Amino acid sequence: MNSDILKHVMNVDLSHFLVVSAILFCLGLYGIVSRKNAVMVLMGIELVLNAANINFLAFTKYGGVTIAGQAVAIFVIILAACEAAVALAIVLNIFKMFNTVNVDEIDALRD
Amino acid sequence: MSLFDIVFYGFALLTVVSAFITVTTRNIMYASFALMFAFFGVAGIYVLLNADFLAVTQILVYVGGILVLLVFGVMLTNKMTKVDIKTSVMSTLPSSIIVAALLGTMLGLFWSTQWFNNGIQKQQIDTTAKTLGQLLLTDFLLPFEISSVVLLVAIVGAALIARKEKPAETTESQ
Repeated sequence: MNSDILKHVMNVDLSHFLVVSAILFCLGLYGIVSRKNAVMVLMGIELVLNAANINFLAFTKYGGVTIAGQAVAIFVIILAACEAAVALAIVLNIFKMFNTVNVDEIDALRD
Repeated sequence: MSLFDIVFYGFALLTVVSAFITVTTRNIMYASFALMFAFFGVAGIYVLLNADFLAVTQILVYVGGILVLLVFGVMLTNKMTKVDIKTSVMSTLPSSIIVAALLGTMLGLFWSTQWFNNGIQKQQIDTTAKTLGQLLLTDFLLPFEISSVVLLVAIVGAALIARKEKPAETTESQ
């Protein structure tokens, strides 16, 4: 029984990649909800997107017969780049307006 | 334990430890550098998943683009004169409890499910770049074109949002 579990742990297959992606997702989520700095929140979002991409690629390798999942992962990366650019522009604007980027201090919708 | 398993555990450890440092350290610059190593680890995992093109794209776009953008954001939004590069956290305990519960649920699900246990032999693809290019111009043509428009709009929008609005203010005050 014990050596069975050990063999399952040693032989890397789909569930190993899924576990890594789950850990990465939860770490990113923790960064999103517990950080005050808006740039750190963006880093958490990037971690979550990476976790989703690992899932796409893992299911592409172990499940599918085509590599359509990799094409979807490309679009995830494209959207992540767009999101980072626009979000950082917004963060810079917030910093100009409020002189801080702490998300808990930004509570005014207008001047 | 084959070489594949050892390399996987190496990259997985690099990714998870770097991501953990990213979300727990107080220093934003340390977090940026840890995020870089996390991206490298994820790129290594992509290679193990037969996604060579995606791995190169990951390094080019994330490490070369998004991370530099984040570092720019860190430097532009911190007062460099008084060294205030540390950040604080909020509601650490409730969020860690909720995230730990979510993690436990996901790990239990992923580990206990019998994934594709029907003896399908995994194919080995030599390189994915050619196949991916053909996919992008056939099956994924519409998302491909839309993503180009999205990129253009994001570039123009980001430049428009982040620029200094000096001329507009002067005309408004008149």
